[in-house]
Amino acid sequence: MNYRMISYILGWILIFEGLFLSVPMLTAIVYGESVLSSYLIAMGICFLIGGLLVFKKPKKKQLFAREGCVIVALSWIVLSAFGALPFLMTREIPTFIDALFETVSGFTTTGASILSDVEKLSHASLMWRSFTHWVGGMGVLVFIMAFIPLSGAQNMHIMKAESPGPSVSKLVPRVKTTALILYSIYFALTLIEFIMLLFGGMTVFEALNTAFATAGTGGFGFYNSSMGSFSPYLQIVITVFMILFAINFNCYYLLLCGKLREAFNLELRTFLIIIASAITVITINIHGMFSSVGEALRHSAFTVASLISSTGFSTVDFNQWPELSRTLLVIIMFIGACAGSTGGGIKVSRIIILFKGMSKELQTMVQPRQIKKIKMDSRLIDHETVRSVNVYMVAYLMIFAISLVLISFDNHDLITSFTAVTATINNIGPGLDLVGPTSNFGFFTMQSKIVLIFDMLAGRLELFPMLLLFTPATWKK
Amino acid sequence: MNIIIVGCGKVGQALVEQLNDEGNDITVIDKVAEKVNDVSSRCDVMGVIGNGATHSVQRDAGIDTANLLIAVTGSDELNLLCCLIAKKAGNCHTIARVRNPEYYSESQFLKDELGLAMVINPEFAAASEIARVLRFPSAIKIDVFGRGRVELLKFRLPENSPLAGCAVKEIVTKLHCDVLVCTVERGDEVHIANGEFVFEEKDVISIVAATRKAGEFFRKIKYKMNSVKDVMVVGGGEIGHYLCEQLIRSGMSVKLIEKDPARCETLCATLDDGVSVINGDASDQNILVESGLEQTGAFVALTNLDEENILLSLFAKSVCDCKCVTKINRIGFDNVISKLDLDTIINPKSITSDTIVRYVRAMNSSRGSNMETLYNVIKGKVEAAEFIIKEDSPVVDVPLMELDLKPDVLVAAILRDKKVMIPRGHDSLQIGDAVIIVSRQIGLRNITDIRK
Repeated sequence: MNYRMISYILGWILIFEGLFLSVPMLTAIVYGESVLSSYLIAMGICFLIGGLLVFKKPKKKQLFAREGCVIVALSWIVLSAFGALPFLMTREIPTFIDALFETVSGFTTTGASILSDVEKLSHASLMWRSFTHWVGGMGVLVFIMAFIPLSGAQNMHIMKAESPGPSVSKLVPRVKTTALILYSIYFALTLIEFIMLLFGGMTVFEALNTAFATAGTGGFGFYNSSMGSFSPYLQIVITVFMILFAINFNCYYLLLCGKLREAFNLELRTFLIIIASAITVITINIHGMFSSVGEALRHSAFTVASLISSTGFSTVDFNQWPELSRTLLVIIMFIGACAGSTGGGIKVSRIIILFKGMSKELQTMVQPRQIKKIKMDSRLIDHETVRSVNVYMVAYLMIFAISLVLISFDNHDLITSFTAVTATINNIGPGLDLVGPTSNFGFFTMQSKIVLIFDMLAGRLELFPMLLLFTPATWKK
Repeated sequence: MNIIIVGCGKVGQALVEQLNDEGNDITVIDKVAEKVNDVSSRCDVMGVIGNGATHSVQRDAGIDTANLLIAVTGSDELNLLCCLIAKKAGNCHTIARVRNPEYYSESQFLKDELGLAMVINPEFAAASEIARVLRFPSAIKIDVFGRGRVELLKFRLPENSPLAGCAVKEIVTKLHCDVLVCTVERGDEVHIANGEFVFEEKDVISIVAATRKAGEFFRKIKYKMNSVKDVMVVGGGEIGHYLCEQLIRSGMSVKLIEKDPARCETLCATLDDGVSVINGDASDQNILVESGLEQTGAFVALTNLDEENILLSLFAKSVCDCKCVTKINRIGFDNVISKLDLDTIINPKSITSDTIVRYVRAMNSSRGSNMETLYNVIKGKVEAAEFIIKEDSPVVDVPLMELDLKPDVLVAAILRDKKVMIPRGHDSLQIGDAVIIVSRQIGLRNITDIRK
C-alpha cells in the first residue's frame, strides 16, 4: 500500500475543498452574513493541511487497484469530514455527527437532512449544502485527477472506483479528455437549467441552489416545503431536468456526435418506459386527491422523476398517497437512475442485466444444452460484468439487511426504518412515514446516524470501495 | 495523434506503452476481452473488443478520426485485411506486421498496391541485427545510421583494458581516434559522457564512429576481436531461417540445431547447402558438444523459450570462448538479465516497436527535418535519432558551442556529402546534413527540439 501517494492525493482533495468553500464564502459576502468568518477559517484549515500533504511529491507514484479503491473511499470521507466544519463553527448544526450526516448527505447527493427548519440556516450554509450536491454528483476525484499530474493508468483505477454503473466505458482514449467532456456536458446542462429557472421567476439564489441540487440529483431544499411553493412552470422545468440528469452522460456525447440510434440505447429506453408507466399508474391512483387530472399528473410526474433520479425534491407530501402509489415509489427508489449519470439507486443497466441473467437461467433449465449469452444493444456482456453485477446485488442486500437491523434498535416502525435505509443507500433523501418528505432524519440516535452515513457513502461509491476499507486484507502488507 | 492498434500481443503491448507515453491517443482492438481489459487497465487507452478487420469494430474504435492504424495480430492475412479496410474506411496511414517470408518477399508490391505506409517483419529485423553483431563481434549491439556509414557501437570494457582509468578527452589526444563516446553504463547508472569522464573496468560504453574508423579504434585500445567464421544457431524458427540466409551470404559457415524433424526438412529444402541442419534437442548438452560447440566462434540461442535461451548461452559461455547472442522476447527482469554475462541480447518486439515509434514521431513532427532512424540505446533512458535537415531553422549555421542545447543532448555525428564528421564545438549544422543525436530526452521529434 502506497501510503505516501494516498496522503498526497488526499492533500489535493483538501486543497480543492478549500476552493469549493469559496462559493459559500462569496454568498456570505453578498448577503453580508456573519458566518463568513467560519467559512474563512474552514477554508484556511483545508489549505493548510492540504498544503502540508502535497508539499513534497512522493517518489513512488505507483497505484494499484486496491489503492484506487482506498483513495476513493478515504477521499469521500475526508471531503465530508472537512466539509462539515463550517456547520459546526457557525453552530447551525452543533454536533459533529449531525454536521457530518448533513455533508455526507450533500456530497453523496442524497439530500436527507437532520434539520427540522432549513429556513433558519444562513444563505451561505444553504449554498454550501447545494454546492456539495453539485460537486459530489459528477464525482470529485475524476475532476481533481484532471488537474493533478498523474499518469493515466493510475487515473483509470480511480475512475473505475468512482463511476456509477456496472462497467466504465471511456468516450475517448484519454481519461483526462473523457472527464473533460463529461464535465462540460454537466456544466452546460446546469447552466441551461439555471437560466430556465430564472425565466420562471426564481431569484438568482433560488435558481442556483435548485440547479445545483437537481444537477447532482441531490435534493436539499431551502424551504421547508421543498419545491411545493413554486409555480407549475418551475416544477415542470425541475421535473424535466431531474430526468435529464439521471440519464447516462455518454448518451449526450453520442447525441452531440450525431449518433442518435446509439444514444437511445436499451438502458435509456427502459428507463423512460419505467418512468412513463410509473407516472401513468400513480396519476390514475391519485387523481381523486387533486382538483384536476392535470395537477395529479404534474405531481405524480414530479415525484416519480424525483425519486427514480434519486433527487428527493417534493411538491406534495407523497406519504399521504394511497398504498399502491407508495409501494411503486419505493420500488422505483431501488431501480434508480441510469449508469454513468449523477443519480443513485441500483441503476437501470444492472436491473436489465439481472433480468436477462434470470431469463437465461430459466431458458437453460428448459433446454439444458442451449448456449446463451447476455447481450445489450447487440453487444455481448462479458461474464465478468454479469458476475460483478450479481456480486453487487448480494453485497447490496447484505448491507441493506445489516443496516436495517442496526436501525431497528431505535424501535421505529418497519416502514420508517426500511425506507430510511432505502432512501440513504440509494441516495434518494426522503422516505415514508417518519422520514417522509415533510419530516427529517434528526430523530435517529447517533449510532443509527453513523449507520446511515455509511449507507450513503456505500451507495454513492457503489459499495465496494467502502467495503474494502473494512476488509483486513486491504491493509495487509 | 489518434492511433489504433489491432492486436494486443507482445508487440502490441510494447507499442501501446511506448506510444502512450509519448502522448498519442490510442485505441486497442483485440478479440480477447481479457487482453483488452488488461491493457486498458494498465495504460490510459480505450479498448474495443472484436475483430479488427471488420468495419463496424474499426468504426467503434474511431477509424474516421484516426491518423494511423497498426495491425500486429498473429496472422499476416488478418493484418493485411485490417489495413486494407482501414484504408477504405478512414483516411489514415497503415502499418502491417508481415512475418511469413512468402509475403515479406513481396513487401514492396504489398506496400504499393495496398497503400501500406510500412510493412514490418520483426523476425527479419531481428535476424539482420544479429547478423550485424556477428560481423563485428566486439560490440554488444550495433545500430547503424546513414545507410550504414555511421555506427553506434556498444561494448563492455574488459578487465585490464588500457582504456580503464583514462578520461574521455584522452581518446582524441592520446589515441588520435575520431570516435565520440556517448553513454557509459556503470551498474544501474547511465552517464552521458563529457570530456572529463574517467572510464572504469566493466563499464558498458557506447561510441559513435564512422564504420571504417571503428575497427581502428578497437585495435588501438587492444580490444580482442576475432572475426567469426563458424556460427552455431539453436532454434529454426523464422529468425533462424532469415539469419542463416544472411550469414551464408557473408561467407560464414552455419550449423543450425532444430528439435522438430519436419521443420528440419523444410529448412533444409529452403536454405543454402552451406547450412548444416542438425536435428536434435539443444537442451541436451551432449548434442551441443557433439555438434562442435567447443570450436564455434559464435553461438546464437533462438528457441521459443526465453529461459532456455539464457541457460543455453550461459552454458556456451562456460564451455568455450565464443560470442553469444541470446533472444529474449517475453520476460522482463531487465536489470537481472543485464547482470548476467550474456554478450548480446536481442529483443524482437522492441526492435519492431522502435521502428514503428520512429515512423509515428516522423508523422508527428512538422516539416523541416525528418527523423530517419531511431534506436533505444538504453531502454527508456537514452535514445539515438538521425535527422535530415531539409530547411533553415534556428539550429542551422550556428556553431555547436553557441547553440543552447538541452542538458544531456549530444550531437554525435554529422554526415555531409558522403563524409562522416565527428563534430567539435566549431562545427555547425547545414541544410542537407544528416545529424545523429544521442540524448536522454526521450521523445525528440524534430531537430529543433535539441535546443532549450
